[in-house]
Amino acid sequence: MDENKKYPKSSIFKPLRHFKYLFKRPLSHPLDTVLTAKNADYLNKNNPFRKNKLKNSQPRTGPDNLRGFHVNDWEQCIGCATCEEICPTAAIEMVPRHDLPLVAGKLQQRPVIDYGRCCFCALCVDTCTTGSLKMSKEYVFGDSNPNSFKLMPTEKWQDHEVELGYQKSEVTDLLDLKRIEMEHVSPEERVKSYIEVIRGYSKEFAKLEASRCVECGVCTASCPVQMHIPDYIRAIWEDDIEGGLKIIYETNPLPGVCGRVCTHNCETACSIAQRGEAIAIRWLKRYIIDSAPDEMYEKIFSEPVSEVINAKIAIAGSGPSSLSAAYYLRGLGYTVDVFEEKSRAGGVASFGAPEYRIPDYAVEKDINFIKKIGVNIYTNTKIGKDITLEELQKKYDAVYLGTGFFSARKLNIPGSDHPDVMGAMDFLPITRDFARGAISLEDVNVKPSVVVVGGGDVAFDVARNATRIQILKYGKANVKLTSLETLDILPGSDDEYLEGTEEYINCFLGHGPQEVVLKDGKIKGLRVTKCTRVFDETGRFNPEFDNTQETLLEGEQVFFSVGQAPDYSYIPESLKDKVIIERGKIKASQDGQVAGLDWLFVGGDIFRGPDIITGVSDGHRAAVAIDDFLYNKSKKKEQTEYMKNVREAIKFNNPDLALKPERKRTLK
Amino acid sequence: MKEMKLFLGPQHPGMHGNASVHMFVDGDIIKRSYLLPGMLHRGFEKQMERKLWVNNIALIPRVCVPEPDINEMSFAIATEKLLKLEIPERAHWIRMIILELARISAHLMAYGGIGGPTGNYTLMYHAQLDRNLILDIFEKITGARVYHQYIVIGGVRQDLPVGITKEILEFVNDLESRLVEYRDLGIDNASMIMRIKDTIMLPKEVVWELGVTGIGMRSAVGKAYDIRKVAPYARYDQVEFEVPTSSYSDARARLDIKIKEVQQSINIIKQCIEKMPEGPVRVKPGRGQSMRWTVPKGHVYAPIESSRGEFGYYMVSNGGTTPWRVGVRGASYPQGLLGIEKYLPGTRIDDAALWVDTMGICAPEIDR
Repeated sequence: MDENKKYPKSSIFKPLRHFKYLFKRPLSHPLDTVLTAKNADYLNKNNPFRKNKLKNSQPRTGPDNLRGFHVNDWEQCIGCATCEEICPTAAIEMVPRHDLPLVAGKLQQRPVIDYGRCCFCALCVDTCTTGSLKMSKEYVFGDSNPNSFKLMPTEKWQDHEVELGYQKSEVTDLLDLKRIEMEHVSPEERVKSYIEVIRGYSKEFAKLEASRCVECGVCTASCPVQMHIPDYIRAIWEDDIEGGLKIIYETNPLPGVCGRVCTHNCETACSIAQRGEAIAIRWLKRYIIDSAPDEMYEKIFSEPVSEVINAKIAIAGSGPSSLSAAYYLRGLGYTVDVFEEKSRAGGVASFGAPEYRIPDYAVEKDINFIKKIGVNIYTNTKIGKDITLEELQKKYDAVYLGTGFFSARKLNIPGSDHPDVMGAMDFLPITRDFARGAISLEDVNVKPSVVVVGGGDVAFDVARNATRIQILKYGKANVKLTSLETLDILPGSDDEYLEGTEEYINCFLGHGPQEVVLKDGKIKGLRVTKCTRVFDETGRFNPEFDNTQETLLEGEQVFFSVGQAPDYSYIPESLKDKVIIERGKIKASQDGQVAGLDWLFVGGDIFRGPDIITGVSDGHRAAVAIDDFLYNKSKKKEQTEYMKNVREAIKFNNPDLALKPERKRTLK
Repeated sequence: MKEMKLFLGPQHPGMHGNASVHMFVDGDIIKRSYLLPGMLHRGFEKQMERKLWVNNIALIPRVCVPEPDINEMSFAIATEKLLKLEIPERAHWIRMIILELARISAHLMAYGGIGGPTGNYTLMYHAQLDRNLILDIFEKITGARVYHQYIVIGGVRQDLPVGITKEILEFVNDLESRLVEYRDLGIDNASMIMRIKDTIMLPKEVVWELGVTGIGMRSAVGKAYDIRKVAPYARYDQVEFEVPTSSYSDARARLDIKIKEVQQSINIIKQCIEKMPEGPVRVKPGRGQSMRWTVPKGHVYAPIESSRGEFGYYMVSNGGTTPWRVGVRGASYPQGLLGIEKYLPGTRIDDAALWVDTMGICAPEIDR
């Protein structure tokens, strides 16, 4: 229209064009297409003056990805509280539900959503670790009671089945399910020496890996010492190594060992592992220890740990559980003496686990700190020989036994008494001594072809050690590994299997050894038969063999890695009837106190087993129990405020028994 | 005669949103007036500093209720600039479709909005009906009708649902055929012209004085200043469209431009649907879970063209998990807050509501 003209040109007939609207479909929506079934019901019920009842012939439903009210699958939900954490309006609150089963990897709580605050942004759905939280197509809810807007979503909405609306997809997922790759030394390079296989994270990668953690804390309950895992991962993410180190030492005095060879139940329980790859908790712990300089250790205790309680405690053995007990007892203010039969402290960490997994410097770093706070370690002192248990009882107020399972166990099959048949615990200390240069290559008895029996981590340790020695000695490796269990039920970890097969180990899984075949006084090989089942219907170990399928695994030497045994020769006759031994383990209370001998405490493999971290937790529990036993009887020196706090912290962090998570197999 | 104080409050049908105009009148001529903001003040800028980058997506659409997507877009562009993040090609085109649909919906709301103060309710019903259809489309794409939270850092939240492009095309074609009806009902209607022609003027010099952008500036100055043209974001440089202008800014001219812009938006949507490639729609701003996303140090201003003018977020990051400082340039701030105080006096009482409408004033954006 021309700007200067005020009105547009028009004619008298122009209004007639509006007749066309008589024949047009109305633009408006009829009420019955707008209302949902619920709306119509509600209006009909609450408006008594309405004569014509509302119908909803074509009830409106939301589109497929409508962000309506939540539904939550309680079977899947683990109560990780990530939804609560991300909620921008603080509408989600986790409510404890102690009626839920207490299992590893799950917390006894479920989200409650306050629909007075909820803005239906669906970030909770996008960040849900399990994918249990979804949204429905329901969007109408009315009630006169304001408290009814707080709802605990279940699989149903208001007790009836609903159609699902918005759900997370790969695109909308806000979690990072892929682990930051850990650098390994290549198989060709690592079999030539005892170089450490895992290189460890760099600062940048450790921070990236730490940024994947959602701080839910489901890992904590499955850790035998209940380490404050989310806290130290957060410290890594915030680049606070000192803070992380302090947090770690609250619950674990052997982080350098556990950062390398822990069985990492925490990673099995990890909430990210529900749909993706678990956070590399073990490597992150190792990262803190590797990047903490020695000076930083001095800051763990800002004042020297002093003897405040006039009582002495003797510890037999210097394995992980003994060192843990020593550390905590020292922290509680006792005089602690540790007696070790071998030339170095560390027990299984120094003589069992292979050098390429946990090098000496890492063990020494942990032990040096324990020595530094005032624990006395006497090596080359065997209980029962150099000093008897009775003497210890007289000299000390309490005794802790952590002597471990250091004897080899062999299978009782024909030919197993041949001198070239060795048990794992006879062989592994030798390799460890060889790796640190204490014995020469010629003295290590490894033949050019070797058969290893067993499917656990230790069997792989034996096989991989044998590979290394063979390559050094003969230039090439020939190691066969056979176990009853097939790959899907193999007790060894996935990492060991993968790394072992990379290192040229031939695995013959699902076979049972029958006979060590001898020829002219030398071993010719191991005769094995197909194993048809390992466990019977009740889940007990009860293998069955198919004798028709027989193989001879050729080899000049056989290693048995079928378990370890304790050595109780140091227990004197006077105590033999009081110390009850059941299935190789000493019977004691939950804290490790032997019934009838209130001064005697046990821990580690001889009490609970089977791994290092459980030993550490035994040590902690026993330390607190010893304190409970001795504190009131002993004279006390004046305590500083700081030492009081240290004592309180050790007692507060006393671990409960861990929940064992169900292992998920990735190898098929 | 003694001055009388009048209160044009949030309940008045001509008032957009929760703002009110205080007027001192002599007869029916306004002598003094000022806007009373603050009813919607929620401290968005401060709240954003306390919220994680990912959580802010849920907060920012509330800065402008009738056209929430511009907030998401400006926030996303600013963050992506700080992150130096390249987003997938398809996401750019989807974003443009969403923004143009939002522009149409905002224009229809403002255009229909004059039905309130002028008594032309038919126009309002039509406009609101069409807006409702756009909201239906939004609901299908994003899962929500008003606060879509769809344009996120790194692209869009999820891909378009199957068959939605056909529905959008059907709708825009239908709307295009009815635009002439909108003209007949509104700006070309003789009774409406008597009411809106040559009233509520926005003189040229006022534009520069207040810093008015958008339709106000384009109608008063005749300059085709549009961020989509002068500093193209997304893929606006790859679509053809015109920026309608006028040389004379009265209420009618501004409404006229609104309808013309709806036509241009329809053209853009059609081109987008034609040119949009297949492919991914979202990249993650970094490794890690969303609550530990960080944005590098830096500061950035990301202006985009809203239905009311230049709208932008100025953001400062110090490398943390939350923005360190956010400033929002609300497009209707100058004409809404300052314009009412300075240039409303001299007009009549019933023109106040029309000023708010035709200038496209969005109360939460002023308060923020």
